[in-house]
Amino acid sequence: MLARVIESLGIPTVTVTMVPDLAQKFRLSRIVGVEFPFGHSFGTPHNDALMLKVARGAVQALAEAGEPGYRLDIDAEWPVPLEVAYKTWHPPKPSPIVERMLKARQQP
Amino acid sequence: MPIDSYKFLPRSMRTMYESTPAIDEPPVWTPLPKPVQQCTIALMTSAGVFLKDSQEGFDEERERQEPTWGDPTYRVIPRDVRQEQIGCSHLHISHASLLEDIDVVLPFRAFTQLEKEGAIGRLADEAYSFMGYQDRRLEDWRNVQGPELAARLKERAVDVLLLAPA
Repeated sequence: MLARVIESLGIPTVTVTMVPDLAQKFRLSRIVGVEFPFGHSFGTPHNDALMLKVARGAVQALAEAGEPGYRLDIDAEWPVPLEVAYKTWHPPKPSPIVERMLKARQQP
Repeated sequence: MPIDSYKFLPRSMRTMYESTPAIDEPPVWTPLPKPVQQCTIALMTSAGVFLKDSQEGFDEERERQEPTWGDPTYRVIPRDVRQEQIGCSHLHISHASLLEDIDVVLPFRAFTQLEKEGAIGRLADEAYSFMGYQDRRLEDWRNVQGPELAARLKERAVDVLLLAPA
């Protein structure tokens, strides 16, 4: 959504996102989707080849997009097994809002 | 083939995101002022990173007191930042990978390579970091930080902002 604010102020934007379906609902201008866990927009630490691949996708989106709603998904598999990767992005303890929701759920 | 936007998320988050309605506002669009090979591009992440030696972290304490509030401020991160300068305050994601290599969220090396190749004009001297847990109405960003950042980008002749929500 921040992209909308900046773009509406006259700066073109491209958004690299793990949740491109949601970015489309927010009607962003140029969307680059990556099938990565949160906190890892460009890949795993020190994996420069993967980072460059995503970066090239963003440049491609900037070059190609001619109207709002453009979406390019990067063809790159996350290089860690799903059962490990699933836990990769979680914080050590639930965020305050999640904690509040969990408590509310436990109450009768 | 479209990717799965929810592959790494718990079922409850998938349900929440899938049921989120599309916004009832027109799309936004600003065309590139010149070919991308000539554009100066700045990077921005919502991973809540900051410079440990010279900047305050984001306000985690207030968020703990008011769980629906998120710190709307942002930090400036120079492109020549050293890994050991990087701190992170974000209560919604793991910090481990970005504290090992900041380029997972601010890919300075990749864009320096693209700059060398001539695929882009220039990587801007500074990147920007905010904390991605924000009030969805984005009142602060619409009224304060957004205009401030846009003015800063224009002053520095930045043509494009790449946002990477964390």
